Amino acid sequence: MNSFSKKIILLAALGAIVSSQTGCESVQPWQRKTLADYTMRGNRDPMGDAITDHIFFSREMASGGKGVGGGGCGCN
Amino acid sequence: MNTSLLKKLTLVAFSAGIVLTAQAALKVGDGFPGLAGFSLEGKLPDSLKDKVVIVDFWASWCNPCKESFPAMNELQKKYRDRGLLIIAVNEDEEKSDMQDFLKDNATTFTVVRDAKQKLVGEAGIQTMPSSFLLDGTGKVRFVHSGFHGAETRKQYEQEIESLLKK
Repeated sequence: MNSFSKKIILLAALGAIVSSQTGCESVQPWQRKTLADYTMRGNRDPMGDAITDHIFFSREMASGGKGVGGGGCGCN
Repeated sequence: MNTSLLKKLTLVAFSAGIVLTAQAALKVGDGFPGLAGFSLEGKLPDSLKDKVVIVDFWASWCNPCKESFPAMNELQKKYRDRGLLIIAVNEDEEKSDMQDFLKDNATTFTVVRDAKQKLVGEAGIQTMPSSFLLDGTGKVRFVHSGFHGAETRKQYEQEIESLLKK
């Protein structure tokens, strides 16, 4: 292996180490203030959920689901 | 640079990564680290010797922590004379978050702040809140993950009674 190849391998290895150290940050249980915030909830808006559900069952329920069969016509 | 040196360097880097990310959680039978060595903000009790101690880790943003406060207030009142001390260790990054929380949630027990989040790292907890029941010698006797209302409170009472009898 010539010295150029060795340098390339060394650079690649260093790059991999540096990126693995900075790219993945684990959030500790005591650092979850932001994640625990109300605005991070997927179900924080009841009206938005109802609208999404309605569209979902109107458009996507051709094979049934959520207790109501829909034709997929968007007419419910 | 030869390839064996490269391999060694890579191995060292990975090992260091594993060591840095691994955290050993405190478990039953372990000695709890001395609180005085963590530069906690707030006044600790003068001595924990021969006391049954609950060390509880909490934060203002954590709802189960909030739910646990009335129970801990009552437990502290009920067992204070028999030798129970509750020390609630706050883990908020902003001190004002803790202060605002305490304005609305008065406590009958000791509250200190782990501003550097060193003690909580040492304890290696996985859930907020988490608490450790220590016996008179400072050994961990019971560990709680989370707070599940009346069920947890009942467990606390049974465990405190068992430790106070000894």
